[in-house]
Amino acid sequence: MHRQGPNTETGGGTQPRKWRPGELDAGFPIVGREDFSDTTFRLDIDHPVMAKAARPGQFVIVVMHDHSERIPLTIADFDRDKGTVTLVVQAVGKSTCEMQQLCHPGVALYGMVGPMGLPSHVSGAKKVICIGGGLGVAPIFPQARAFKEGGAYVIGVVGFRNRDLIFWEDKFRQCCDELIICTDDGSAGIKGLVTKGIEQAIEQHSDIDEVIAIGPPIMMKACAETTRPHGIKTVVSLNPIMVDGTGMCGGCRVKIGDRIMFACVDGPDFDGHDVDFDDLMNRLRRFKEEEHLALAHWKENCRRPGQERS
Amino acid sequence: MPVQAPEARVANFDEVALGFDLDNALVECERCLICPEPACVAGCPVGIDIPGFICKMIDGDHRGAYDIVTEANFLPAICGRVCPQEDQCEGVCPVGDTLKPVAVGRLERWVGDRAIEEGWRKRPYIEPNDFRVGIIGSGPAGMACAADLAKAGCAVTVYEALHAPGGVLRYGIPEFRLPNQVIDEEIGNLIDLGIEIKCNTLVGRLFTIEQMLGEMGYDAVFIGTGAGSPKFMNIPGETLNGVLSANELLTRCNLMVAGRFPDYDTPLHLGRKIAVIGSGNTAMDAMRVSLRLGAEKVHCVYRRTEGESPARVEELHHAQEEGVDFQWLTAPVEILDDGDGNVRAMRCVRMELGEPDESGRRRPVPVEGSEFEFETDMVVYAIGTNANPILGQTSKLKLNKWHYIDTDENLATSMAGVYAGGDIVTGAATVILALGAGRRAARSIKEYLGIRDSDIVYRPERSGHEGALFGIDMAERNFARVHIA
Repeated sequence: MHRQGPNTETGGGTQPRKWRPGELDAGFPIVGREDFSDTTFRLDIDHPVMAKAARPGQFVIVVMHDHSERIPLTIADFDRDKGTVTLVVQAVGKSTCEMQQLCHPGVALYGMVGPMGLPSHVSGAKKVICIGGGLGVAPIFPQARAFKEGGAYVIGVVGFRNRDLIFWEDKFRQCCDELIICTDDGSAGIKGLVTKGIEQAIEQHSDIDEVIAIGPPIMMKACAETTRPHGIKTVVSLNPIMVDGTGMCGGCRVKIGDRIMFACVDGPDFDGHDVDFDDLMNRLRRFKEEEHLALAHWKENCRRPGQERS
Repeated sequence: MPVQAPEARVANFDEVALGFDLDNALVECERCLICPEPACVAGCPVGIDIPGFICKMIDGDHRGAYDIVTEANFLPAICGRVCPQEDQCEGVCPVGDTLKPVAVGRLERWVGDRAIEEGWRKRPYIEPNDFRVGIIGSGPAGMACAADLAKAGCAVTVYEALHAPGGVLRYGIPEFRLPNQVIDEEIGNLIDLGIEIKCNTLVGRLFTIEQMLGEMGYDAVFIGTGAGSPKFMNIPGETLNGVLSANELLTRCNLMVAGRFPDYDTPLHLGRKIAVIGSGNTAMDAMRVSLRLGAEKVHCVYRRTEGESPARVEELHHAQEEGVDFQWLTAPVEILDDGDGNVRAMRCVRMELGEPDESGRRRPVPVEGSEFEFETDMVVYAIGTNANPILGQTSKLKLNKWHYIDTDENLATSMAGVYAGGDIVTGAATVILALGAGRRAARSIKEYLGIRDSDIVYRPERSGHEGALFGIDMAERNFARVHIA
C-alpha cells in the first residue's frame, strides 16, 4: 500500500489559515426531492455509509447551514444500492420552511449526522398494525417493510387531513397486507382519526401481537389509549427537543413510567403505555415564543431584495 | 495578570483574562529559579520542559520557547488558559513556598498567543509509515493522541459527532475563557500535521469499532469520547420547562451561538432569576454565561461550603466578582410548577457538614425543619456527568461498574488494538489530564504497532537550529522513522 505522506513540507508560513470549522466536510449533497403538498416534501441525501448503517426507527440530525439549529428528523427510508437516505420534512417552523426553500438537488446540507438512537426492535410478531399520522407516515414505512420482510401480517393505518395530502400509498400497498387510510374530512378512505382505523383493525383481527405508532404526540397518546384496554403491546417513537442527539445535553429527557430517559440514546422507541405524553407535550412547548419569533424574523428577512435565494 | 473589570465584562463575551504583555512576561520569567530538578515538570501531566522554555524566553528566543512547549503540548494557547495550574506546575513551584509561584500558565499562554499572532507553525519532517489509526472524539484526549501518532508517521483520522471539532473545548468552555479563534488556530496546527478530521460522524452508530478494525482497515483505534451524559437528581419537577443541564445551556451558547438568536437559529429561553446547582468549573461557566446573556440574578446552590467547592479558585473568584450569589450548604428537594409547566421556584433545604465520606470531604446532611422556598425561573444542573452509553451499546468493550471504559495502566481496553483515555475512562476531569491520557495512549499504540522510539530520528524544522547536529536536532523529540533507502 502506498500512501501519500501526511506533510513533508518544512518551515512555517505566515499566510492566514484556510481552514474553518464546517469546511472539513464537503457537505451532504441532496440528490432528489419530491413535493407531496404545499408543506410536505421528500429529500434524498447521498450518504452511502449511512444508507448502509441505517435501521428502521433511527433518526438523523440535520444542520442546514452554519447559522442553523440542529434538527432531528426520523429516517423515512434508505436505499443501500443507491447509497441514499430519505427524509420527509414538513415545513412548520423557521428551519423547516427554510429547508423547503433551499433544499434542492445540487445543494448540500452543511451537516447531517446519524443514524442516531436505538434501532426499532423488529420482533417476531405474527400480526402487527403500523400506524402513521401526519409526518409519522413516512418513518412508519421502513418499520412496516421490516415487519413484512420478517414474515408478519402487516396492517397499515395511515392518517392525513385530506386526500390531497396523501403520499406513498403505493409504497404502503406493496408492504402491507391491508391498508386503512383515514382522512379528517372523509375525502379518501374512512372518515376520522387513525384511532378509528385501529379500532376497525382490532375488531376484524383478534390476534394482533403488536402496534407501532408514529406521529404527533397527541396522536400517539390516542393510539396508546385505544390499545390499552385490549392489552396489545404498543410502541411509539418520540421526537422531543434535542441539541446534540448523542446523549450529551439531556434536553430530550422523557418520563417513561417512573423513570427519566434520554430519547436520543435510550430511545426513540418506548412502550406507549408507559410514556407520559402530557409531560412530553409540555416540553415541546418550551420554545414556543422563540419559534414564532424566528419564523417572523425569517419571513421578514427573506422578502428583502437580494436575500431571496429560492 | 490584567483582567477586564467585572462591571464591564459581565456585559460582553470577550476574554476575562487579558494575558501578559512582553514586559510582564519577562518579569515573570526572571522570577523562575531554573531548578536543576524542576518539580514543575514532574507536576505537569504532559511534562513540558518549563525551565527550558523560560530560559528561551529570557534569551529573547520566543520561537525557541514555542518549539520547546509544543514538543510536549500541541495546544499551548488552550492549556495556558484552562489548565488548573495551581494544582500542577504552579502548585509545586518552590518560589511559591514564600512568594507567589511563577505564573507558568500565563507564560505558556503568552507563548501560544504569540505563535498565533506570528503564524508560527510546527511542521516537523515526518516520514510516513503504513499504519492507519482512527481516533474517536476530537476533544483534548483525541487531539493529543492524534498529534503524537501523526508525528510518528501514522495516517490519523479523527471522527467527531458534532458538526465542528474541539469537543468540550468548543461546546463546553465559553468564549470569555477560551475564544473559538484560539481553538481554530490550534486545531489548524493539527491539520497541518496531516491529521484528517471528519465531523458529523457518530462512531458506534454510523460504523462500529469492530468495523474500523476490520473492513475500514485501521490498525489501531483510540477512544476519547468524554464522559458527557449529564446527571440529574431525580427530584420531583425535573422535567418542567426551565430545567436543563449545564451541558445543554453551554452547548446552546458556545456551539450553537444561542446568544445571537434569531440571527442564529438555536434558542435558549434564558430565565430572569437563575439557580445553578453544583459548584464545579462547569457550574461557574454556566453562571457566568447566564450573566452575560442578561440574567437579572444568578445563584449558585451547593450542598457543601466554599472550601469543598471543586471549582478552580480563580473561576470561583471571577464568578463572585461578577455578582453571582452563592447559597452554600443548600440543596434542592423539589422544583415547583407555575401551573403552566414552567419552573416557578425550588424547595430547598439547608445542610450542615457531618463526618467525612469516602471522598474525604465532610458529608453534608440536611438540617431538620430548614426547608424553604427559593424563587427561580430557570434551574441548571451542573452536578457532573455519567458515561455516554453509545460505545458500550454498540461494541463488546468491557466497561467498569460506573459504565466507563475499563483499561489497564497502558490505557489498553479489552479489545486488541483499541485504547481509551480521558473522561470516558476516568469520569469528568480536566483538559490537561485528557491531553496527558491521549499522549499516554499514543505511546501505547506506538508500542502495539511496533513503532519503537529508538527506531526514529527526526529532522529539525528549521535548518541551522541551535543544538542541531548534522541536521539532527538533539533537543527535538518529535520523531519520524528513519527511511533506509
